[in-house]
Amino acid sequence: MMFSMRRTGALLLRQLYLLRGSPTRIVPLFAWVGIDIVLWGFITRYLNSVSGARFNFVPALLGAVLLWDFVVRVMQGITTAFLEDVWSRNFLNLFASPLSVSEYLSGLVVSSIATSSVGLAGMVALATLAFGLTFLGYGAMLGAFLLVLFLFGISLGIFGSALVLRFGPPAEWFIWPIPAFISPFACVFYPLATLPHWMQWIARVIPASYVFEGMRAILARQVGGPAPAAGHALAATHLIAGTVLALVYLLMMGRAFTSVYRHAVRTGLIARYSAETVS
Amino acid sequence: MPARATTILSVSHLCKQYGAVRAVDDLSFEVGPREILGLLGPNGAGKTTTINMILGVLEPTAGSITIDGCDLARRRRQALGRTNFAAVYAPLPGNLTVGQNLRIFGMLYAVPRLSDRIEAILDEFDLRRFRNTKCGVLSSGEQTRVALAKAMLNEPRLLLLDEPTASLDPAIAREIRAMIRAFAERTGVGVLWTSHNMIEVAEVCHRVLFLSHGKILLEGDPRTLPRENDHETLEDLFVAVAREPLTIRGAQEEK
Repeated sequence: MMFSMRRTGALLLRQLYLLRGSPTRIVPLFAWVGIDIVLWGFITRYLNSVSGARFNFVPALLGAVLLWDFVVRVMQGITTAFLEDVWSRNFLNLFASPLSVSEYLSGLVVSSIATSSVGLAGMVALATLAFGLTFLGYGAMLGAFLLVLFLFGISLGIFGSALVLRFGPPAEWFIWPIPAFISPFACVFYPLATLPHWMQWIARVIPASYVFEGMRAILARQVGGPAPAAGHALAATHLIAGTVLALVYLLMMGRAFTSVYRHAVRTGLIARYSAETVS
Repeated sequence: MPARATTILSVSHLCKQYGAVRAVDDLSFEVGPREILGLLGPNGAGKTTTINMILGVLEPTAGSITIDGCDLARRRRQALGRTNFAAVYAPLPGNLTVGQNLRIFGMLYAVPRLSDRIEAILDEFDLRRFRNTKCGVLSSGEQTRVALAKAMLNEPRLLLLDEPTASLDPAIAREIRAMIRAFAERTGVGVLWTSHNMIEVAEVCHRVLFLSHGKILLEGDPRTLPRENDHETLEDLFVAVAREPLTIRGAQEEK
């Protein structure tokens, strides 16, 4: 029996049913990212006013915040879909069915694509309409930026899910600070060169840092005027490194989740997964 | 007991060890088509551990499980596609409606013509009026009916029922038992049933296995087994197995 799109689709359908039946699940798709965009929109507007016309902070800062929020949304799209099974104690029903681990993870990823796309569209609309943010300057590179960030967000989501599967429902609280823990090394707000030497080494193994470095390379050349093509070339170099790293992360986290699942089947954790028994 | 033309479930030398504890110890048995086999024993005897291993959510330390000709270890998805289960400790997600749960699990089990099958099963289990009701707000009896509807959705070859009537009143429990027996007769499914209700076991099961400390202590027809072991009722025999397994084992060895 091969990989089944129907079983993967079942998990997406489950997530859509949950979203449709509960406004409390829809609000967070927009609420926190909306607050972030409004907050950073005003900060960038203020920075533009005090710095004169020398540098436009809107694409540099607000654009970076928006893309980092996209990473967080992708990650949370995975972990939230996974936690639905934790909260409803559904693992026994799921894994006693013909569903494979790869189909289960694919279902989480597809669910995350659906929810994070909605969040991204909302963020872009708000940032464009309220603060005049435009990604046109990035050209085709924007798609590549989003791809790397998407792959990285998926990896983080699978990592967080593996943590909860291994250590039980109380480990849910490990998931939420993961983006905050990584963001200083992701160089969202500042160039990598700003960091002390030891932090730069860590930043170099974070795929997102290559995206934000690439963004800044394009913006810097645009501000400088004469050689926008050079900015794109530099960004492309960053992106190749970021893409390779993101794929390595994805592979590693997929294997980590599978390994944790096998451990759970060997020891009986899946069969008796609940807050009382696992912790 | 119906004749067993073929074997639906074959469990061979199954063991599960947790550190020094042997939860299941060299267990071997078979379930045939239309047969309802009762797996009995006191708490901690190894019944649920055995069921979890047959469901593929717990890896055996040794031994093999074959479901409808498929080795569970080698052809997990095919074997589990022909199996289903209902257990009091595995309710369907309460935040989804009855119809939504049946659709999702129907997709997971690759049920052909799913919409038609859902309609049929809603009627069979008298669940049509709850189609748009979230499972979490149903009564225990209604939730059990939904769990059984899900368990029979893919018309499995093997049905595992872990105390399926534990939370039901006697009238509904009787109805559910009749429903399961009729399903087994009609579809030829083999059923592995655990229960602590010995009257129910005597009424439903063609054959029973008494487990103690992970081993099979007794096996036979639940209607004749008590007399064969010098007890009046199945419940008396159950109590004896729970309190004095060594005495029962000794008597068996002498025979």
